[in-house]
This record gives sequence, structure tokens and C-alpha cells, in this order.
Amino acid sequence: MALARSTIGKAYECGPPFDVSRQKIREFAAAIGDDSPIYQDLDLARAAGHGDLPAPPTFGSVISLEMGQGPRRDPELGLDFARVVHGEQRIDLRRPIYAGDVLTGAVSIADIRDAGENELLEILCVLSTPEGEEVCRITSVLVSRGTAEGGR
Amino acid sequence: MSDPIRRSYVQVLVGESLGERVFEVDRAQLVRYAGASLDFNPIHWSDLAAQRSGLEDVVAHGMLTMALAGRLVSDWAGDPGAVREFSVRFSAVVKVPASGSTQVHVSGTVQEKLGDGRVAVGLQVLSADREVLKAARAVVVLS
Repeated sequence: MALARSTIGKAYECGPPFDVSRQKIREFAAAIGDDSPIYQDLDLARAAGHGDLPAPPTFGSVISLEMGQGPRRDPELGLDFARVVHGEQRIDLRRPIYAGDVLTGAVSIADIRDAGENELLEILCVLSTPEGEEVCRITSVLVSRGTAEGGR
Repeated sequence: MSDPIRRSYVQVLVGESLGERVFEVDRAQLVRYAGASLDFNPIHWSDLAAQRSGLEDVVAHGMLTMALAGRLVSDWAGDPGAVREFSVRFSAVVKVPASGSTQVHVSGTVQEKLGDGRVAVGLQVLSADREVLKAARAVVVLS
């Protein structure tokens, strides 16, 4: 069954703001095998011009995954997990994400479009500070295999 | 804000190499990455789940592969805080065997100097002789 195009533009609840901790940054850096001392050593990070430990460049996607469950669970959208693969990811940063950031998310369905037999679902997550300063935009394109109308 | 550790913009040449890295990925890393990234999709740790999804083996998180490619960029720039844009298309899975490890090869080149200290780089990411990421591109702001 095709995804519901009526959900294009729909905004979703994201849950509470995400507290970026030094510990989580260190954990994520270790998980991607990056032993750069900038993730470990606050003095080094500050000497490099950062206010606190910077997060690795893809860290925003951890937050967007956590906050972006709304579309995945929306019965109106009709996403079938068994048919979904991750197609594309784009991360735009105004500045690094830092330990100490408390980031609020705004998640919406940016687009749904056909790609042959498949449908592409584009989900946008915008992360901002409590003051409303936008820090990071994460765009995830999920491929819904074989659900295009007129597809198989 | 001072950038004492970042590569110098004026010294960068279009076409220059970001270097090459080979990353070894094993099941243990997938478990660690699942925990760190909050992505607990079982195709990344369960042989049965992978099989039921039509996969030949457990596969790495696409975002882990993207993060490994990102390491080449942050190392080259001299500071992970230099990255402003990073985008990829996931074109093939990275199968990770139950024992041993699989290799992910990452290389890159400078594509364009954009002004304002910004440099666009392109990445090539291969595993088992297949391109696993396509259109992998990042923009960094240098010193």
C-alpha cells in the first residue's frame, strides 16, 4: 500500500529535549572508533576554540533518530518497516553540536515521492537551542520498497 | 574563535587527496554502535533478523559507515568541529560476518574551494569491492 501523501508537511511530537553529555559524546566517538583526544580532553577542545567537547559530525543523526519515531509509528502514513531501507542522509550544521547543548527537535515529513516501484520518504529534523537558535538539520530519506502506486 | 588545529584554507589545492583509510568492522562494533546511536534494528546484530529481511548476513548500520567516512574528513580538516555539511546515498550494504571482520575503504579528494574558508570534499567508500556510499560529500570550514 502506498504511503499517504496527505502526511506531506505533517509535524510530529519529538518528546523532551536531548541533553548532549560529554559521556554520550565519548561513547559515540568510541563506537565509531575515533580516538581523537578532542573528544576526551576538555582543555584540548577549548584550546582548539570550542566551548566544550564537540560531537562527531554525524552525532546529530543520533538525536534525530531518537526524536523521529513519530513518522515511523504514524498509522496515517502507513510505513511498513519490513519494506524500509535507509536511502540517503544529509546533515547540515550551523556550528558543531557540543556537550552541554540541550536541543529541541522539530520533525516533519518533507516529501514523499515515487522512484520507480519504490517510494521515497523524506523526514526532516531540525535541532535548536532553547533560545530558538537552529544548530543542525538532519534529512533522512527512507526507501519504501515496492509501495509506489502502480508498482508491484 | 581561533582555529589553531585546523588545516589552512589557502594551502588547500583542488584535487588534492584526503588520504586513504581502511576500517575494520566486526560484530562487536555493531553492538557498540547500536547502543551509542540508539539504533537497535536487529538486522545489525541478529543473523535470524537479517535472514528474515532478505539479507545474506548481518549488516552494518548505514550511519556507522557514514561516520567512518566522516573520520577521514575530520582528520583531514584537523578538527571535527570544522564539518558543516555531510551527505551520502546508501548504495550497498556492508555485510559483517559473525567472526572476523569486514573492511571499509575510505578515500577522498578536494572538489571545490567555496570561499569563506569553506572546502567541498568528495569521498569514495568501498567494501567488498562495492561502492557502499555514493554521492558522499562534505563541506568543512577551515582556518
